[in-house]
Amino acid sequence: MTLLVVENLAKSFGGVHAVQGVSFSLAAGELLALIGPNGAGKSTCFNMLNGQLRPDKGRVVLNGQEITGKLPRQVWRMGVGRTFQITATFASLPVIENVQLALLSHQRRILRFTKPLHSEDPTQALALLERVGMADQAHRPCGVLAYGDLKRVELAIALANAPRLLLMDEPTAGMAPAERVALMALTARIARESGIGVLFTEHDMDVVFTHADRIMVLERGRLLAEGAPEAVRADPRVREVYLGHEGTH
Amino acid sequence: MLGNLVVQALSGLASAASLFLVSAGLTVIFGVTRIVNFAHGSFYMLGAYLGWTLATNLPRGHVPFWGGVVLAAVIVGLVGVVVELLLLRRIYKAPELFQLLATFGVVLVVQDAALWIWGPQDLLGPRAPGLRGAVYILDSRFPLYDLVLIGIGIAVFLLLWLLFQRTRFGILVRAATADREMVGALGVNQRLLFTGVFFLGSALAGLAGALQVPRESVNLQMDLAIIAEAFVVVVVGGLGSLPGAALAALLLGQMQAFGILVFPQITLVLVFLVMAAVLVVRPYGLLGRAPAGHAASLAPVEPPIAPLSPRGRLVAGVALVLALLAPLVLADYALVVMTEICLAILFAATLHFIMGPGGMASFGHAAYFGIGAYAAALLVKHLAAPMELSLLAAPFAAGIAGLAFGWFCVRLSGVYAAMLTMAFAQIAWSTAFQWVDFTGGDNGILGVWPPAWAVPKPVQAWGTLILCLGGAFLLRRAIFAPFGAALRAQRDSVLRAEAIGIDTMRIRWFAFAIAAAFAGLAGALFAFTKGSVFPTYMAIPRSIDGLMMVLLGGVQTVTGPILGAIAYTGLHEQLMRVTELWRAVLGAIIIALVLFFPRGLAGLGARS
Repeated sequence: MTLLVVENLAKSFGGVHAVQGVSFSLAAGELLALIGPNGAGKSTCFNMLNGQLRPDKGRVVLNGQEITGKLPRQVWRMGVGRTFQITATFASLPVIENVQLALLSHQRRILRFTKPLHSEDPTQALALLERVGMADQAHRPCGVLAYGDLKRVELAIALANAPRLLLMDEPTAGMAPAERVALMALTARIARESGIGVLFTEHDMDVVFTHADRIMVLERGRLLAEGAPEAVRADPRVREVYLGHEGTH
Repeated sequence: MLGNLVVQALSGLASAASLFLVSAGLTVIFGVTRIVNFAHGSFYMLGAYLGWTLATNLPRGHVPFWGGVVLAAVIVGLVGVVVELLLLRRIYKAPELFQLLATFGVVLVVQDAALWIWGPQDLLGPRAPGLRGAVYILDSRFPLYDLVLIGIGIAVFLLLWLLFQRTRFGILVRAATADREMVGALGVNQRLLFTGVFFLGSALAGLAGALQVPRESVNLQMDLAIIAEAFVVVVVGGLGSLPGAALAALLLGQMQAFGILVFPQITLVLVFLVMAAVLVVRPYGLLGRAPAGHAASLAPVEPPIAPLSPRGRLVAGVALVLALLAPLVLADYALVVMTEICLAILFAATLHFIMGPGGMASFGHAAYFGIGAYAAALLVKHLAAPMELSLLAAPFAAGIAGLAFGWFCVRLSGVYAAMLTMAFAQIAWSTAFQWVDFTGGDNGILGVWPPAWAVPKPVQAWGTLILCLGGAFLLRRAIFAPFGAALRAQRDSVLRAEAIGIDTMRIRWFAFAIAAAFAGLAGALFAFTKGSVFPTYMAIPRSIDGLMMVLLGGVQTVTGPILGAIAYTGLHEQLMRVTELWRAVLGAIIIALVLFFPRGLAGLGARS
């Protein structure tokens, strides 16, 4: 089942054509990796999907509904969870309240003025934290967590509105190698269990080739190649432009 | 007719020239040090007093007069250096509101120093030698001195421009304004640069002050009057931009000159309306740029708030019971103080609501206090409304004002947002001040007395205690409720809050209006306890009072503003009783607190 359809997306900043005519689709339960060298347009592409940037051209359709040009909070209401390259959580709130707030927002219960948040039923939030392995740290403030743990809290927050699509911008950046594999394995499991489509960008090739069902290679704002991991790995253009480039390090 | 217009334009240029001199100093200091220097107006006032002393004591003549002006500027520049070395140098890394608080401490100290040295009366200086007369332009008289002032304004602008374009110092100043961290990373001696900039900026303020002596009387109100206008100029022009300051000074000078002809009733409102309009269209001012990368925030990382511990609850409960019993035993004077403390607690709690959890700064919170007070007083005066109804209506009036002003304020951030709140407060203040027919102007509205049952002091004390603590309690509940959590969440990360469906601007807007409504309640209660309202209820010093309470108590805790309000009001009352120079003592205490306890009173407990 096709979940996300992206048609001919384009964005320029001044004279720089960051993304030019990118089209692809994503199925429910599928893990799609978007890779490419620095400056290829991955983050721009991402930010157009969740509404942080308005595309110059093109359409983004989620489950048959057009979401092009909508605000991030509207896109979220339509079932898109998001994690950021540099984690964004609420540092002064305990982990569990980070998740509870997302749940309350999903239920449109933010504008409540009297009953304390900490007396809300924690079951659902704890279940989400349990899922990402953070239940034991539920009452620590986010500001003191290790980076890898923050990434997992972000995942729990992103799952709070039972999303159909997860957008993860470099989900394992800044983590230790062992943690990276664990986090992506977790994400993959959750995605398959719940039929969530996942689009992620990633620099770590191990993570990409281990977990992605399909890989897209972006180069200078255009899609260079797209396909199953083996096919992409074998593609000479990719080797030359991307993996070859990697190999020179 | 044409002559009139030309003369009006020229007098606009003359005020623009002096406004530019003050604002140029302020904007250069801000650009390099990122300090919003409230004391800049005090330097201007100091320049005027020194200029007066020199002009009256030196022999007559061109050389002594102009020499005196320059000397006054240099002395003020040195005073600025002393303030920088002793105080500001230690707090460059502190949150910007603490810096503001410290500079306001300097304002208080300078005010009393001037009072002590020069006395309370207005001082009239001699006219400038050889420039007493007027010239005729198209048959209209124009003072010769003002013409010279325009010339000085242009000359200083050109000199500053040369300084910034052609000298090493000037290039460093521009570089630091663009990116301070980068300049530091390049190994530039920042200490010397900052001190130099402070000398330059303060000397410009002193020069502007000394040049005013032949034009108008020197008085103790000059500091806050000029600083409000200078803030407007600097913000409209763009913080840190010298050409911006020049452009904005020109704009404002002309607006004041012609505004008087067209709308004599609302000249003051006009100035601040223009500022609000400019900031909404160009959030960083006419020629300003968004700050490079490192946007300053109120406090780096907020610790999580926690409900009171059992011991804290016990202490609060005992304090509440004692407060409820107090009216039975306290004398009238003590009850008045107690009432004031209750009002201060609610006022501080409302300001804390937007500053702490909301992460927004307000330099103009007194507006809502004052609007509440005026709403109640106007209802009593014009409609003979009973107190009960007025107390109910006042929070609505203030809340609606909060919705209207807040809609603009929540769209900006940092210093610009704070300046916009100040602009709106000045609009409210000037309306009360200038719309004499409706508000009584400077004379205020008298005879706002409560009904007979509420006249006895103990009844008033109980009434305010219950309403104020009740209000503060409701705000506290809201902070811990989902709304408050969302408010704290957007302060921590707008990006994440929007990514979980929270409309952050709306949350801030509602918070602003809620705080305004409760501040309005405090204002209305204040009106009935005093029996009168005056424009000073919404003037800058009252907004600063609120800031002091919140910052003394500590922004990070929910209990902080309550402690801050009690400490500040108590201190204020005691100082006023024991010394004439209470401002100076208060200022010194504030400076000491900022230097030694930058986390506020509530931080004292957290330290141990």
